[in-house]
Amino acid sequence: MSLIRLENLARRYEMGTETVHALRGVSLSIERGEYLAIMGPSGSGKSTLMNLLGCLDTPSAGRYELNGKDVARMSDNALAEVRNGEIGFVFQSFNLLARSDAWRNVELPLIYAGISPAERKKRAQSALQQVGLGDRMHHRPNELSGGQRQRVAIARALVNRPSIVLADEPTGNLDSKTGVEILGLFEALSRQGNTIIVVTHEEEVAQHARRIIRIRDGLIASDEVNSHPLAVVPATATTPAPGGESPPVLN
Amino acid sequence: MTLLTEIRESARIALSAIRANKLRAGLTTLGVVIGILTITLVGTMLNGMTQSFNRSVSTLGADVLFVGRFPWASFEDNRKFRNRKEITLQQVRELERQLTTAKAVSPQAEDYGLSLYYNNRRAKSIWLVGNTEASLGIRGLSLAQGRWLSDADVSSGRPVCVLGSFLAERFFPKGGALGQKVKLENTTLEIIGILEKQGSLMGWNQDNQVVIPITKFAENFFRQPDYAISVKARSPESVAETREEIRGIMRRVRRVDPGKPDDFAINQQDAIAGVFDTFRLTLGTFGLFVTLLSLFVGGIGIMNIMFVSVVERTREIGVRKALGAKRRTILIQFLIEAATITLGAGLIGLAIAWPITLWIAAIARQSDSLFTAVMSWWIVALALGLSVLTGVIAGFIPAFRASRMNPVDALRSE
Repeated sequence: MSLIRLENLARRYEMGTETVHALRGVSLSIERGEYLAIMGPSGSGKSTLMNLLGCLDTPSAGRYELNGKDVARMSDNALAEVRNGEIGFVFQSFNLLARSDAWRNVELPLIYAGISPAERKKRAQSALQQVGLGDRMHHRPNELSGGQRQRVAIARALVNRPSIVLADEPTGNLDSKTGVEILGLFEALSRQGNTIIVVTHEEEVAQHARRIIRIRDGLIASDEVNSHPLAVVPATATTPAPGGESPPVLN
Repeated sequence: MTLLTEIRESARIALSAIRANKLRAGLTTLGVVIGILTITLVGTMLNGMTQSFNRSVSTLGADVLFVGRFPWASFEDNRKFRNRKEITLQQVRELERQLTTAKAVSPQAEDYGLSLYYNNRRAKSIWLVGNTEASLGIRGLSLAQGRWLSDADVSSGRPVCVLGSFLAERFFPKGGALGQKVKLENTTLEIIGILEKQGSLMGWNQDNQVVIPITKFAENFFRQPDYAISVKARSPESVAETREEIRGIMRRVRRVDPGKPDDFAINQQDAIAGVFDTFRLTLGTFGLFVTLLSLFVGGIGIMNIMFVSVVERTREIGVRKALGAKRRTILIQFLIEAATITLGAGLIGLAIAWPITLWIAAIARQSDSLFTAVMSWWIVALALGLSVLTGVIAGFIPAFRASRMNPVDALRSE
């Protein structure tokens, strides 16, 4: 059974008297453990697709099965539960809570999952260690670099052990060197078996994925396997990642 | 997530949000602070007055009727009553003789502003009371030392007196007052008794009195005094009957033509209680009005600041929703934020009201006034409950709006 199954998924927006067809019917299957890039220029419908995949929005028509559950017709609260349990979001602008330190940011999904404080702290700590920030638990976002902030956001996305990590332009606000580090982190997470979907308009970023789906005018234009994905860290490498920062601790 | 965890986590978030905007939150609370301050002060004053009322006025006795020229509780022009003819000793005697439903009758004559001397000490503005042997029980007085006026004292107009506790303490701080001679203006009187401390009645210091035989009063101080008559009914149930009988007799002896209104008044303790209740109701209504008005204005301010807070944190709301916060979670978060601000305002209001209450109470003690203030736990609970309620009501619409935000739009906001 596929992790994600879309059937003729469509989304229309009513803008006054005009109807905008953002997504015209997308059918797609994504398996567990895939590293997938969704590409497309702005206005192509890729953001709409990402919102639907992330259960932030509901389709106007079509089916969406996530992990065997039909999430296309769910209520707001049921969708909140699905997001909490199944999806880890990574945003372009990190979206960390400015007044909370790294640990408090990372534990947020666990609060909404109703996990006890002691367990939350343990899991937040281990998620931060997983992204190489075990020593930055009590730093606030403004005390961290852009790359570190995005790592905190990735730790937050991972902390609930979601079915999918959904990243929206994760390197868009980072310089290219730091961007590459983040992509290295995705690679490592993918190698550990996480399902990763990166939405981007940058060819360079998409080329790191093992499958690339291109969207144009609300439809899938192409869906290809990337047989030679760019690798930041070769699968067998033991040397530190470029950029001088310590590589993510893998376990 | 359980409601309790939700509330605890929301409280933590709310506190950090408020801490980030201390000045703003502080300024917004002004209206609520005033509202809570008002309700607390009105509450403590009503509380204190009720307590001192119950201590003093209710000792008058519910089965005692007070006949005099002036009604106790009237909002009519006082001049109308002042022109009434005095009640004479003869009328008192007639009433005493004709009444059949009374247990006891006690006339009373009063004068104010006289001075009492002992050796070279002087007490100004004493309250001189002429009474009979029956007055002690009817007036609800009790003796600390010595004895009350006897039948013989009254019938022969002996120069004796019973002192209020305040005067006794003033002249004889070491005791030994009984048998001593004091001078009331030019009349020498022997002290035969001292009253128990009475406290004050409607702000009137009752321990400043000198009681002499009513005959002595008429002989030495006031030839034609205006008598008041206290009548104790046979039983608390027969008060109405006694009242009617008094009315009939008084109309006859004062020769009031049929069809004309009474030219005297028959008062009861509950008339004072009635005035007092009216006063309490007025103060309570005024307090409630000011409170509701300031809480309303304050609530609008809180609502406004919560709208600002929600708009400012639209992105945060989007993030929280993306991470799994349900509508209820967001609603509770903002409700608690609003309630925390108003609870803080309530605490500030209480903190201001507390010393004011103590101050009013201290002044009231000094001046023996009925108008005092007493803080009680229920006033604290009411004030804090009301402040939280204001926050919840004022915060509801902004919180509701936040809870219904679409996560996609919220995340996109700048």
